[in-house]
Amino acid sequence: MRIDRRNFFRVIGVTGAALTIGKDTIATPKNENEIEFNGILYDSTRCVGCQTCEYSCAEANHLPEPVDAPEIGVLRKTDESRRTVINGYNTSKGEVYVKRQCMHCNMPACTAACLTQAMHKTKEGPVIWREEKCMGCRYCMVSCPFDVPKFEYHSPNPKITKCDMCYDRQLEGKLPACVEKCEAEALVFGKRRDLIKEARRRIHENPDLYVDHIYGEEEAGGTGFLYLSPVPFEELGFNTKVQKISYPELSKGFLYSVPTVFVLWPALLLGIQEATKNNKPKIEENE
Amino acid sequence: MSNMDSFTIAKDQENKNLWRFLLSEFKPKGKIFTPFNIISVPIMILGLALIVIRFWKGIGSITNLTQEVPWGLWIGFDVVTGVAFAGGAYVLTFMVYILNMKNYHSIVRVTVLNGFLAYVFYAGALLLDLGRPWNVINPIIGNSFGTSSVLFLVAWHFLLYMIAQLIEFSPAIAEWLGARRARKILSSMTIAAVIFGITLSTLHQSGLGALYLMAKDKIHPLWYSEFIPILFFVSSIFAGLSMVIFEGSISHKVFSDQISEKNHQAHTKIIHGLSKICAGAMFAYFFLQVLVFVHGKHWTMLNTAMGYWYLTEMIGFVICPMLLFFFSYRKNNILLIKVASVITMVGIIINRLNVSVIGFKWDAASHYYPTWMEIVVTLAVIFTEIWIFRWVINRMPVLRDSPSWVKNIK
Ligand code: SF4
Ligand code: SF4
Repeated sequence: MRIDRRNFFRVIGVTGAALTIGKDTIATPKNENEIEFNGILYDSTRCVGCQTCEYSCAEANHLPEPVDAPEIGVLRKTDESRRTVINGYNTSKGEVYVKRQCMHCNMPACTAACLTQAMHKTKEGPVIWREEKCMGCRYCMVSCPFDVPKFEYHSPNPKITKCDMCYDRQLEGKLPACVEKCEAEALVFGKRRDLIKEARRRIHENPDLYVDHIYGEEEAGGTGFLYLSPVPFEELGFNTKVQKISYPELSKGFLYSVPTVFVLWPALLLGIQEATKNNKPKIEENE
Repeated sequence: MSNMDSFTIAKDQENKNLWRFLLSEFKPKGKIFTPFNIISVPIMILGLALIVIRFWKGIGSITNLTQEVPWGLWIGFDVVTGVAFAGGAYVLTFMVYILNMKNYHSIVRVTVLNGFLAYVFYAGALLLDLGRPWNVINPIIGNSFGTSSVLFLVAWHFLLYMIAQLIEFSPAIAEWLGARRARKILSSMTIAAVIFGITLSTLHQSGLGALYLMAKDKIHPLWYSEFIPILFFVSSIFAGLSMVIFEGSISHKVFSDQISEKNHQAHTKIIHGLSKICAGAMFAYFFLQVLVFVHGKHWTMLNTAMGYWYLTEMIGFVICPMLLFFFSYRKNNILLIKVASVITMVGIIINRLNVSVIGFKWDAASHYYPTWMEIVVTLAVIFTEIWIFRWVINRMPVLRDSPSWVKNIK
């Protein structure tokens, strides 16, 4: 390939960007108010723990069928062969079932962590993983506050697996498999903003049934999956330590300082070097 | 080295000799059955076998990593700790080329070599840990720049810093090959490489800490703070210098035949001077740690098992070696300085592992422990690095003085 001048400057520009990490790259995480993300509202007061979502998820993603059923007090976890699970909890208001999967954060930690853009927040809302980009560093797993991405530790060609809100089905105009199949209507698919309104309406109309908290409205800077619950969320094993601001915010300060250091340091070093040039060595150097 | 060749290719007959020279240089020198060889060779072979298994059956086949703890010994020790130890190179080039502290000149080359090899091997260890290493080019060739990722920054800086270090070291290679013109060109690039290298080091030493910033809920609060990057950077100064002291005192025994009388004597002075810098940097570090602790308001946590562990780290492995450095500097006691450097290094290992492994998911039901296989692979990586180090030292003018023609072309 011949490198002409334009190309050369492009290369320089890209390298420069790589070195300094421009501000816009991190400021972009989608302005929440401009883009309407799709999301799913899950109402645990309606869920009967029938596992239909687990079965339909397995079918849609060509995964093995679930082999165990939810049991009160037993914590089942998602793993490389199942992307959603239902767990039963004994709470102050009796048995409650909860579905678990990726939260599809508005500003996902996994996406900010990914150095290949394999983890990607689509403009539609689902957070997807792209096989041809991923290098398997598992930094997304380290960063996700909900421990969602899973890794195939026993494969020579391992993949990161997690719920992708049936992104392909959405592009075809279909509902996510779990939403489509849920007969108890515990799952509703829609624009995130509409879902929040719907959740508020339910709480408002039935204040005795629900706690006044939509998990995911503010957690981790807002998530695409929203939860309603009859009991405080810690009773359902939710991570309530989760901060309200988004997780990528935590490393923003560091990343912002990088360009500054890159400009100031060399200048400073050169200055010092000039100033000390004529220092006499303390011990005789007979060279 | 191939570009080095091209410099010399101009002279035709020299070329043939060069190949013969290279061939002879690749033959081992010295005794074969030394204790070090007898221990290291089996471990390296075993490590290689384990690496084959790892690529064949997956990472889980030889490691204890879990879905909750996706980074273990290979990242926490090989990469995060190893790079801190390699920090000596940027501190020393700063002192010698920027502050013009010429007394330290005689150990620059060996330190840069050490740093360079550390990066090559520890970044190499990173490849072992990647599930899909064939995609490692993605963030480099530019079809997928994850520019909001700290790891992206760290990966690029590793790469660029290796190049900078290679340039810093390249005059030694040119001297070894007898390439005079190349020697001149390459040594004129040193200052630029040094400035670039120090800037890169500042950023990625702290960047390694910044990697963990998003894992806020997962790391024990005594080790998590928004200041991890600064703490990592400051501690890399004395981590690197302790390594320089430690490695230097071993090299001066093992390779004593290479070192001129003058440099032997200078070395004591060098160690003495470094101990003062270590004490100073450790004091700054300790001060920062105290600030961070007060700022975090974790008083009640001190009275827990993790709290005692934290105090052990702070008192036993920061204050103690700091005072020891200071004391032995005043008393001019070289042996004590070496002891202090070893304690400091242990402390750095503990600190880095506390952030990356021990304090990571400390409250989880099941903990991560490395398998013996992860340890063997780590040892194999370290031994291979030492082998290459020894190979270079025995051939290039690293510890020994430059050939006499160098002075004439200056
Ligand atoms: S829950 Fe985790 S994996 Fe899912 S989008 Fe958020 S950060 Fe990413
Ligand atoms: S494992 Fe893959 S998806 Fe996760 S951060 Fe690394 S490259 Fe991105």
